[in-house]
Amino acid sequence: MKIAVAMSGGVDSSVVAGLMARAGHEVIGITLQLYDSSPTTARKGACCAGQDIYDAKRVADRLGIAHYVVDAEARFRGSVISAFADAYAAGETPVPCIACNQHLKFGDLLDMARDFGAEAMATGHYVQRLEGPGGAELHQAVDANRDQSWFLFATTQAQLEFCRFPLGAYASKTEVRAVAAEMGLAVAEKSDSQDICFVPSGSYAGIVANFRPDAMAPGDVVAEDGRILGQHQGIARYTIGQAKRLPDAAAHMVVKKIEPGTRRIVVGPRGTQSREIRLRDVNWLVEPGELRAAAKLRARDSLHPARIMPDGTGAILTLDEPALAAPGQAAVFYSGTRILGGGFII
Amino acid sequence: MTLYLDANATEPLRPAARAAMLAAMDTLGNPSSIHASGRAARKLLEAARETVAAHCHARPADIIFCAGATEANALAIHALGRDRPILIGATEHESIRPTGAEILPVRPDGTLAAATLDAALARYPGALVCLMAANNETGVLHDIETAAKSCAIHGALLHVDAVQAVGRCPRDWLAMGAASFSLSGHKFGGPMGAGALVVSQGIEIEALVKGGGQEQGRRGGTPPLPAIAGLAAALGEPYESDKILSCRDDIEAFCIGLGAVIPGAGAARLPNTVCLILPGIRAETQLIALDMAGIAVSAGSACSSGKLAASPVLAAMGFGTLSGQAIRVSLPWNVSRGAVEQFTMAYAAMVKRALRSPAHSA
Repeated sequence: MKIAVAMSGGVDSSVVAGLMARAGHEVIGITLQLYDSSPTTARKGACCAGQDIYDAKRVADRLGIAHYVVDAEARFRGSVISAFADAYAAGETPVPCIACNQHLKFGDLLDMARDFGAEAMATGHYVQRLEGPGGAELHQAVDANRDQSWFLFATTQAQLEFCRFPLGAYASKTEVRAVAAEMGLAVAEKSDSQDICFVPSGSYAGIVANFRPDAMAPGDVVAEDGRILGQHQGIARYTIGQAKRLPDAAAHMVVKKIEPGTRRIVVGPRGTQSREIRLRDVNWLVEPGELRAAAKLRARDSLHPARIMPDGTGAILTLDEPALAAPGQAAVFYSGTRILGGGFII
Repeated sequence: MTLYLDANATEPLRPAARAAMLAAMDTLGNPSSIHASGRAARKLLEAARETVAAHCHARPADIIFCAGATEANALAIHALGRDRPILIGATEHESIRPTGAEILPVRPDGTLAAATLDAALARYPGALVCLMAANNETGVLHDIETAAKSCAIHGALLHVDAVQAVGRCPRDWLAMGAASFSLSGHKFGGPMGAGALVVSQGIEIEALVKGGGQEQGRRGGTPPLPAIAGLAAALGEPYESDKILSCRDDIEAFCIGLGAVIPGAGAARLPNTVCLILPGIRAETQLIALDMAGIAVSAGSACSSGKLAASPVLAAMGFGTLSGQAIRVSLPWNVSRGAVEQFTMAYAAMVKRALRSPAHSA
């Protein structure tokens, strides 16, 4: 069949393109150009810089498949980078990779693939799409260390039906690299992409300051009773539960609340955590309804048994044991390896 | 089999050009050398220059061979634009966009109003004006004769980027009053790698690259003899303008029936070029769909990464977001009637699929 492959120029998506071509499909490789890649902004460990586009093209040449570069700069700037800065300015801790998957990869790119006549779209994500009695199901990757299911919770059922994730079945990245080497792909030894692709050297303060200077303006660090304990240099530098960058008077305390209106960071003792968590923009991969599941509240988090109640377009999550929940992060519902849905923490 | 409809990117090689190149490749010698081999090479080079001069209504001494039109345009701006303000049309090619140039807005049909140029020249007398004879994306022709007259009145110089027009609708631009014009071999069936700046008698050109003083000190570097021989041979080949125009008209009529919009439809245009806007469908999607159907067209201006950006030409004509929803069909010199049917079938299939996609149902 005609299958579009989202190619970043990295080893994972290159192998996916190779696997699809090897299986006899007509493969159409697409690379989204997410930002201008002049030599000064290119950096190691980031996806879709100029070198990555070149690498993707060379992989496509090697595999003998079509390849196109699609301009997604304006969309990426609006739906991902500027939304990222806005979320920090609103006192949240955003996950830009989820926004990118939701709006660009499984949004615009998937729509485009349908429009030009592809019958499916494959990506290099480490998740599994398994056929169930009610249609396609989203499951964790076999390699738990690589699993990216938390980042893909917002994929809708219709999108999931159209998608393929061949790497979810691989036991380790080593195996994937071996396949790349066997296919003769020059990217077999390329280093993994890290962190947030558009944030150079892991410091997002500059990006936020650029889009939302208000989020980097100084303000008070206060105790829960309102006493001023010191100053901070911008609410965007804080996330719920954080103990770093607090004034000496707040030693041994953690951030409890971020108030964008007053630019106050409220701190308190560790330990007091919430049981009831409200979620917005919930995506259901099962029939919406009350259910028991295990919730994951951060990318690298253990599973928290919980009861989930739909609430309009959102949901209310009641944890069996209290846990730390940061607004802007995702709460994803698991039953075994299967993802049942998820939403953004308010 | 690919159906190649991207002639404005590069025309298929003319058999006569290929033959001339093969012969030139077997000619040993550097045209600058004194010995017999050098003289043989020089003879070939000067014969090519005379052929080009005859077709361009210029003297052989006024033909400066170079690598292509990007270089020819840069040379013109460097030599003629020195100490002069530079005025350029809003739809010019990237190779004619020097920093600090004054941009002349175009009308919605892509043409330049005489009054716009006159007003600019009144403010910048003695300017260098750069205008393209034919636009690469829409095929729209500028009225070079009128522009040249305005330039003469205001003591300005006119450089014409004639890349898309040479071979397709050649004019005697020098007689009209242009100081210079540029051409590129591969845009009329010659090879890539050779072009020329053609200058009016008495126009002095100072080299960009001095090197060994070739081309009468106006362009250094050993001339690429095979490419120049191919360029000259291609220039003399016949162009079946009427046949090509009738193919293009049929494609236009069909696509309009499916909802396409044609920028510059009312203006005088090249016979082989049509820009088709399909409202609501991204240019990339159209291009990929047609490529998958084995049809080569282009869209906007592709940068070196291959990324497509919305067309600055259409944006300058006021098409707004539609500028990112257009493809360019440019028929090659050897197009056959069968191409019309093959293209229109693929276009219809693409329109049908795109319009029933869930992304467009809202």
